[in-house]
Amino acid sequence: MDVPIPYTVAERPDTGLNNGKIAIWLFLASEVMLFGALFASYIMLRIGATTWPRGDTILNVPLATVNTVVLISSSVTMVMAWASLKRNDFGKFRLFQALTVVAGFVFLIIKYFEYSAKFHHGLLPSTNTFLAIYFTLTGLHGLHVIGGMAINGYLWGPGAKLWKTDPEHFTNRVENSGLFWHFVDLVWIFLFPVLYLL
Amino acid sequence: MGDHADIDRQVKTYIVIFITLMALTFVTVAISRIHLPTPAAIGLALAVASVKGGLVAGYFMHLISERKLIWWVLWFTISCFVAVLLLPVVTHLDPIQN
Repeated sequence: MDVPIPYTVAERPDTGLNNGKIAIWLFLASEVMLFGALFASYIMLRIGATTWPRGDTILNVPLATVNTVVLISSSVTMVMAWASLKRNDFGKFRLFQALTVVAGFVFLIIKYFEYSAKFHHGLLPSTNTFLAIYFTLTGLHGLHVIGGMAINGYLWGPGAKLWKTDPEHFTNRVENSGLFWHFVDLVWIFLFPVLYLL
Repeated sequence: MGDHADIDRQVKTYIVIFITLMALTFVTVAISRIHLPTPAAIGLALAVASVKGGLVAGYFMHLISERKLIWWVLWFTISCFVAVLLLPVVTHLDPIQN
């Protein structure tokens, strides 16, 4: 006998939230601390260094600016995908969700060109402390982009079957994956000035 | 689920936030081009980034209409986050080490 998982849609009486919502926020809290530790490491390394290069003397600011635009745009398409489900417009959801995944691809392709140019010029994580923290922070962020794309791709494709049987549950899933995606965007909003411009 | 008129209003807000975020991105780049002293440049760039982050969290992540429990989780997390960020500064100002 199938026992349904409780509180996937209905709110728990004790938290006032469904389980997915509270779970994703707790996960994001742990992510804040993960990136927080690395930002603290960055501050420690920077104030402890005798010299520290300005990011724009080593890194490609125009490409990073384009990537910022791409990621912010993907946040909008993500929230529009969720809003489309709220309007019962599944076709629009598919369109906006696909655009979100494509934007993730574009971000990674631009990052690939950035990394390739650095490696081509012999600028490696082992070259200096600035590049070490740059590759660590942007590499970890890139892994989060890949993770977000995998979830969003799943919800666009095979995971979308849930819409037919339980649309509200599916909408909640899209909202939760969106929360993760917006967090990835939020981290980049801080990485961009810290690494590239200062 | 919210009604369609409510969602339509939210969508308009998302578009306004999107345009604001784009404008602030170019403000961030412009600030770096005017070569302010490093502390001022860091302060301004992080202030703009904080406004952008607040807009994403508040509107795209719906924090402005979120339950109190989520806010409590976040306040606790942000307190720990700020403490972690201050650790290097405190270490740097340590008179014994210096």
